[in-house]
Amino acid sequence: MSFVEYGDTIKDGDTAIVFLGHESMFPVKVQHGTVTQTKYGVIRHSTDLIGKKYGSKVTCSKGGWVFILHPTPELWTMNLPHRTQILYSTDISIITMMLELKPGSIVCESGTGSGSLSHALIRTVAPTGHLYTVEFHQQRAEKAREEFREHGVEHLVTVTNQDVCKSGFGVSNIADAVFLDIPSPWEAIGHAKSALKAEGGRICSFSPCIEQVQRTCLVMEEYGFTEINTLEILLRMYNVRTISLQIPDLGKAAEDNSSAGFDSSNPSNQGSPCTNLQQGTVQFKSGVPLREMVGHTGYLTFATKS
Amino acid sequence: RKIIFEKQWFYLDNAIGHIYGTTFEVTSGGNLQPKQEVEEAATETKEAGTDNRNIVDDGKSQKLTHDDIKALKDKGIKGQEIVQQLIENSTTFRDKTEFAQDKYIKKKKKKYEAVITIVKPSTRILSTMYYAREPGKINHLRYDTLAQMLTLGNIRAGNKMIVMETCAGLVLGAVMERMGGYGSIIQMYPGGGPVRAATSCFGFPKHFFDNLHEFPLSKVDSLLSGTFSMETLPLEPEDNTLAEEESNGLTDEKQTCLQETEDESAPEAAMEVNQTEEQETMDINAEDVEFKENKEKESKENVREKQRKQWERRKKLIETAALLREKNADGLIVASKFHPTPLLLSLLEFVAPSRPFVVYCQYKEPLLECYTKLRERGGVINLKLSETWLRNYQVLPDRSHPKLTMSGGGGYLLSGITVVLDKGKADSSTSEALKTDEPSSKRCKVQDLHC
Repeated sequence: MSFVEYGDTIKDGDTAIVFLGHESMFPVKVQHGTVTQTKYGVIRHSTDLIGKKYGSKVTCSKGGWVFILHPTPELWTMNLPHRTQILYSTDISIITMMLELKPGSIVCESGTGSGSLSHALIRTVAPTGHLYTVEFHQQRAEKAREEFREHGVEHLVTVTNQDVCKSGFGVSNIADAVFLDIPSPWEAIGHAKSALKAEGGRICSFSPCIEQVQRTCLVMEEYGFTEINTLEILLRMYNVRTISLQIPDLGKAAEDNSSAGFDSSNPSNQGSPCTNLQQGTVQFKSGVPLREMVGHTGYLTFATKS
Repeated sequence: RKIIFEKQWFYLDNAIGHIYGTTFEVTSGGNLQPKQEVEEAATETKEAGTDNRNIVDDGKSQKLTHDDIKALKDKGIKGQEIVQQLIENSTTFRDKTEFAQDKYIKKKKKKYEAVITIVKPSTRILSTMYYAREPGKINHLRYDTLAQMLTLGNIRAGNKMIVMETCAGLVLGAVMERMGGYGSIIQMYPGGGPVRAATSCFGFPKHFFDNLHEFPLSKVDSLLSGTFSMETLPLEPEDNTLAEEESNGLTDEKQTCLQETEDESAPEAAMEVNQTEEQETMDINAEDVEFKENKEKESKENVREKQRKQWERRKKLIETAALLREKNADGLIVASKFHPTPLLLSLLEFVAPSRPFVVYCQYKEPLLECYTKLRERGGVINLKLSETWLRNYQVLPDRSHPKLTMSGGGGYLLSGITVVLDKGKADSSTSEALKTDEPSSKRCKVQDLHC
């Protein structure tokens, strides 16, 4: 397995995703002799995991079962240990497309944070591209390096521990794209410009507050960026449910034996005379929105270096 | 070659050799000249008003008439100059607020300054372009929805992807771009052949197409049931009519149909050939060879070329069928005008376990049905039905606000992950469905936090 290539069977040292059921999963480091506790019982790595095919069902000691999945950046994003607020796949998707990333691209990113976006970027630029990621917090930078190593992608990424606003990305004139998710992105625009290749490089800045966006756009214009464009993207999820709605009892006219015609398709009501107690229902399938949805993550501002 | 675009016309000749991203001005005669960066005198304080309470919109504030403007254009005066003239001849310009003045200038510039920028094609450019100009051709797939598909599907170099789309080849192109020429793609197509109009707009290098295969949907059933073979492939219409004419016994037609049947039987040694047909061609051959020798030679070469191409196509088809039979694809992308359920139920058979799949549909309801059928089938987890909502913003000092909303128009996605299909036990599949389906109200809370 690798985060940039599919493997068929689970191996010692892999990171695998244990899927327990609806919205419930967690990552696990596969190791000989290790044991993982789940609410369905124990999973013994040596016998239950290693050598099994990804996508297999594994029965745990208490009798319940789980699925073992091959890791992907998207699954990692949903399950990684948070050290900071992270970017989710919805934003990551539009960032990837708007920055025109593909195999071979050179990308610069700051801040690394918890590595959610980083894993997705590495996946997209592999096998010939590279990610230069800058994180000013020493422990987070070190943790990121460790994770990239464990996930077998260290050859595709360079983590630098410095302040991007003061010292830049550590590279110049080679990046196809730059991504900024920092408190004061306008301070890094100059460095971003010098990291980008001579013509046609793309930049993206992610900011939760509109004031930050306004300052950033002004500075982008000052530095000669073109095609400056700000957008936001939100995810709407739907639950597929079978809904039953009751038909109200509207009473009956004195001599009228047939109902208003609405529930003619409902067998329980067909030809039934009077009585208020016999109320039918209508069933249908619906995509029901969630009770609450994410209303805002941040504004994404894109531009091109001319 | 003359290009006509939004009331402008020009020749691209002068553009060759310039870097992508260069902005050109269209001069008289339709020639392109690289545009010089003009320093806007932005620091001067312009005379401006405070609000529009006294500005009456009576259509009479511009003193230049339609003919005046036309005369200016015909004289060959630059667009910049025309805009300047319009400003000077507008009685209300200096009463407008600064913001309104900016807006006015921008609008006039767009109309009179013939400026074009030539950009390198990419998924970003082509998907936004198609959505804005030809959404019908791509089933109203909005570009952010496409972006989600590429990520949810983990499209990357080295995958073996199955793509089924009727979006003029845009989705295929996007997938190819994210794979960078590595890995392989099998495009499933309805009808006679795959549509790749948009794909050619990406400008991919030739080798990207080396591992792009195609397979007709009409053969999927036979492939899945194990009855797929070369014999069941339809003959080309021409072959059929000639086979008919052969029995009529006319000399000329005999000649050509002789060649046709000859070609048919020659490369496909594995194929069962009608015994009587073979006999007939051999007989005809003996009789007419001398007489029509020259004519034969010429048309034989054409036919040979056609025969070679046909043989190539059939060879590729067998190869692609073999690739599908391995049932180890790394993912499935569906974005078509067809009802998604039958497509998913059959094409998922070719995908390995623990791999993502994404289905796009312009409408939500077919995906509801798809979801239900997939639950019944089993072998899939983490099913999610979603849509994305996109909003563009205008960000200007003191004038920042959302631009226009496109919500509701982008289509819907159903995504999930395959798992090993437990074909034996009906019990386990229903309990799987229960497990992965409707959460209790307790779980709802946790879900909210996770957004």
